[in-house]
Amino acid sequence: MNVKNQEKIASTILFICTVLVVLPVVIILGVIVVKGIGAISWEFLTEMPKNGMSAGGILPAILGTLYLVLGAILFALPLGVMTAIYLVEYARENFLSRLIKLAIVNLAGVPSVVYGLFGLGIFVTFLQFGASIIAGSLTLGIMILPVIITATREALETVPQSFRVVSLSLGASKWQTIRHSVIPHALPGILTGTILGLGRAAGETAPILFTVAAFYLPKLPTSVFDQTMALPYHLYVISTQVPGVSEKIRYGTALVLLALVLILNLFAIIVRSRYRKRKKW
Amino acid sequence: MVTPSVKFDIQRLNVWFGRVQAIKDLTLQVYNHEIFSIIGPANSGKTSFLYSLNRLNDLTPAFRYRGNIFMDGLDINYQYDVENLRKMVGIVFALPTPLPMSIFDNIAYGPRMHGIKNHSRLMEIAEKSLTEAYIWEEVKDRLRTSAMNLSGGQQQRLCIARILAVDPEVILFDEPTSGLDPISTAKVEEAITLLKAKYTIVLVTNNVSQAARVGDRTAFFLMGELVELDETKKIFTKPGQKRTEDYITGKFG
Repeated sequence: MNVKNQEKIASTILFICTVLVVLPVVIILGVIVVKGIGAISWEFLTEMPKNGMSAGGILPAILGTLYLVLGAILFALPLGVMTAIYLVEYARENFLSRLIKLAIVNLAGVPSVVYGLFGLGIFVTFLQFGASIIAGSLTLGIMILPVIITATREALETVPQSFRVVSLSLGASKWQTIRHSVIPHALPGILTGTILGLGRAAGETAPILFTVAAFYLPKLPTSVFDQTMALPYHLYVISTQVPGVSEKIRYGTALVLLALVLILNLFAIIVRSRYRKRKKW
Repeated sequence: MVTPSVKFDIQRLNVWFGRVQAIKDLTLQVYNHEIFSIIGPANSGKTSFLYSLNRLNDLTPAFRYRGNIFMDGLDINYQYDVENLRKMVGIVFALPTPLPMSIFDNIAYGPRMHGIKNHSRLMEIAEKSLTEAYIWEEVKDRLRTSAMNLSGGQQQRLCIARILAVDPEVILFDEPTSGLDPISTAKVEEAITLLKAKYTIVLVTNNVSQAARVGDRTAFFLMGELVELDETKKIFTKPGQKRTEDYITGKFG
């Protein structure tokens, strides 16, 4: 077999593999959009469910997911960013700091249901928050902490060392240097990582299952200690637990959830590409 | 001859990075308002010495030292605040290191860190230091544009101006023209020569003729040791040591 034929065969096989990977994604997206788009209406997005969730809107689930994501970020972003700053800029390279870094990397691989159990044990039971928005938010926050810490660490590590040295050599203190010469350049990377973490938090079912998600609530939550409905769990409920919910509503709910996550990811992509264009070192 | 006043008094300085000894038992004085140039091949301890003077070596975890460095009679490791020391002893690096911000913000960076916020005051400082660094005319109309768009030589003079803006007493140069073309080099050298009137200058260079052109006194370092230190003229006409002569005539290095 000559080189040209080898080339053809290799590129064909690689192309087929790529198609095989992309195709299911496209099909899933396509099916959800086609079957769900009919359900999307202003009423669907802004009204309470009716008739045992087989009609009406999904407002409480949308709002619930937004509350949970917001709560998770309020908790995880400052904590994660500050941890990463400490690890990259202050911690000395020793056994303990290596152990911490290893632990954080491994936390990212822990199944989400384990976080759910952890949240149930700590927040719901031990701290007696009960099944509530605050317990769910904290659980989701802990789940995305490793994502935020890892993204922030990478963003900080890609800031050239020379920026730090220059700043210090002009008599700036260490914190001034981090504040003015490191964080500004790492910010887009931190943001991207955070948004990707949020996308994950928005879509997860297991962590909220035990900590916050309600099967059905007739009214919107009024405090952080209330339970709430949430999109991923609502989808599970109307798909498997409640008989007689039309396919249109189920796919419509899936579409809303998907759109929410995609919008978050799209936002991350835009931030990152703008950052690449501006970067000049 | 009047005895010149001493700026830096280095007493038996030894520097290690891990197990490697970079400077061995170095004793020398740097005088006020001179251009003290240091020549020597790679790994001769020139840069380690320079970084000792404003404690930039402290940033390297494996760094250890023994001995004393006095500036104006006070030990730089114990009797100065490190931030204040670095403000007084500025450094220009081998490669131009503008920060990715505007020309003005580069100059204002240091003063801002030291608490100056008033914009017209910062503008005054910018004009003064850019003029002193010999670059004002070239950039005065584009202070708000990115410093990354300047040429290498302009960036290097911007870095000089950035140091002048924090009002130092000493300026360290670490092979400041190694990445520059001959014309830019000449401009940077001119700026250095003019700065002598106000500042004490320590110039590390891998370019022997640069030391001959701008240095008042020249030290020759080899393998972390001071081989010879004398008036620049004398070093280049009648060196006291065979090794110095070999190096400046290009027999090694």
